[in-house]
Amino acid sequence: MARHFDIRSQPGFPLIALFTFAMLYLPIVTLVVYAFNASDSVSQWGGFSLRWFADAWDNSAVQDAALRSIIIALCAATIATIAATMAAIATTRTAPYRGLGVKYAFINTPLMVPEIVTAVALLIVFSRIKVWTGYSGLGYLIIAHTAFCIPFAYLPIRARLESMDSTLERAAADLYATPWMAFRRVTLPLLRPGIIAGFMLAFVISLDDVVITEFVKSGGQDTLPTYMLGQIRRAVTPEINAIATAFLALSVILVTAFFFINRRKT
Amino acid sequence: MASAADAARRAENEKTRSRWLLSAPALVIIFVAAIGPLFVMLAYSFMAKGDYGDVKYGQFSLDGWFSVFLQRDIFDDTIGIAEAHLSIIWRSVRLSVITTAVTLLLGFPTAYFIATRPRHTREIWVFLVTIPFWTNLLIRTFAMQQVIRNEGILNTLLMWLHVIDEPLQIMYSDWAILFGMVYVYLPLMVLPLYASMEKLDFRLIEAGYDLYAGRLAVLRRIIIPLVKPGVVAGSILVFIPSLGAYVIPRVLGGGKNMMIGNLIELQFGAGRNWPLGAALSIALMAAVMVALLFYVRNAARSGAQHG
Repeated sequence: MARHFDIRSQPGFPLIALFTFAMLYLPIVTLVVYAFNASDSVSQWGGFSLRWFADAWDNSAVQDAALRSIIIALCAATIATIAATMAAIATTRTAPYRGLGVKYAFINTPLMVPEIVTAVALLIVFSRIKVWTGYSGLGYLIIAHTAFCIPFAYLPIRARLESMDSTLERAAADLYATPWMAFRRVTLPLLRPGIIAGFMLAFVISLDDVVITEFVKSGGQDTLPTYMLGQIRRAVTPEINAIATAFLALSVILVTAFFFINRRKT
Repeated sequence: MASAADAARRAENEKTRSRWLLSAPALVIIFVAAIGPLFVMLAYSFMAKGDYGDVKYGQFSLDGWFSVFLQRDIFDDTIGIAEAHLSIIWRSVRLSVITTAVTLLLGFPTAYFIATRPRHTREIWVFLVTIPFWTNLLIRTFAMQQVIRNEGILNTLLMWLHVIDEPLQIMYSDWAILFGMVYVYLPLMVLPLYASMEKLDFRLIEAGYDLYAGRLAVLRRIIIPLVKPGVVAGSILVFIPSLGAYVIPRVLGGGKNMMIGNLIELQFGAGRNWPLGAALSIALMAAVMVALLFYVRNAARSGAQHG
């Protein structure tokens, strides 16, 4: 046969695929381009400028919200990673035991319940606790974030544990290492890539959250996403584009790092 | 002998205990800030509504559940159907089904395209899908808003091509929500589809062509049945968050084009009807659980087939 016949190709599929990629990136690219717009409008191009980045940087509401976002994400991701690591050790590399299914169900619940449902359920409970205790600090947001970060931290740690060679730990035990020593000197170093990946996932997930934060936060506790949600409803200036672009850059850096950490392991 | 068995049992008990201790922090946090509140909310849905939001404690009432579908006329006390609620629920279901269908139509060829690239470039294409997936949902919704606005790039392009004379009003309509949901949830369709297409055995396709099947027959009779688990997984992953969407309809749909998520929020805000909000939330969760159950059953069946 003279003409090459590729059994894998399907007519029209590459075209649709390219359309999909264009569709995935066109809005993001538009958003980023207009962040560098010199004019006041988000639709009229007025030349290249960094003024909106400078404006956002000097805006104290943005500074507060960004700082708050990072504090919450750091606390939630740290606690979630520690809790998830412990849970992963207790639920992997063992024969099935009573309660294992319950643990899985618990840990995966935050992934299955729609965010808006969790958000209003937390609103109901926390508003009551706020009245009872008088405490209305960041603790509510941190514990709410920790809960939905745990399954995301758990997944890579568990995957890493399951692919790990348990003979090394047994060798450590044979050489009279105490269980704690074996964990500290053998398991933990081997587990590190999984823990780092889990922490980064949890961090990004917490940083991105809009819905649960919007319902749980007390007055004056805006995070960057809820601040942006509030601003979008008002008159839109390219300042939002600038904030979104900076946020986007951070996410892309974290995801790229995550991608390479994950790839190195295999 | 007995003491040896005792010791073994004691060691086993010790192990179980330490496993529970290790999992305790995760379980407690999730119970306190995710599962427990759901039960409180269930209880709230059976209480009478307070005058300024909240509920009247311990006062049992079915009004919350009653008003999901029905309403009492304020003048003559007759009971009618709550048409506003029904139309919002119908919009949510309709838009979620269409979103799932459109993402499947776009995502299937895309995943297939990625799966048929040379091995070393495949990772890059997957990475390109992953980036939007990990980008903040609000930012992506906002980005879509800038594309479909009256002065946005889509209208500018269409007018420049002389397809239309004046900008299409897409914002604040069901179309805007649809654009937003398709855009935001597309990666959730592509990734599981790709995961099952990656394992596709192309010798089967070759065998199909050897047996004189056309391209369409190969697609319909070989490829689609083989990647069905991916199709189901992708559809569930898109349908569930679509049904519970809150940010997208709020930003793109405006105040009038609400979905269930926005209706729930309304009850905890200006609506001041917490029991109704709680009942709607439980109903939404039940719908999601049914979809998940369908998925689990399907996954179990296809798993049994393969091994």
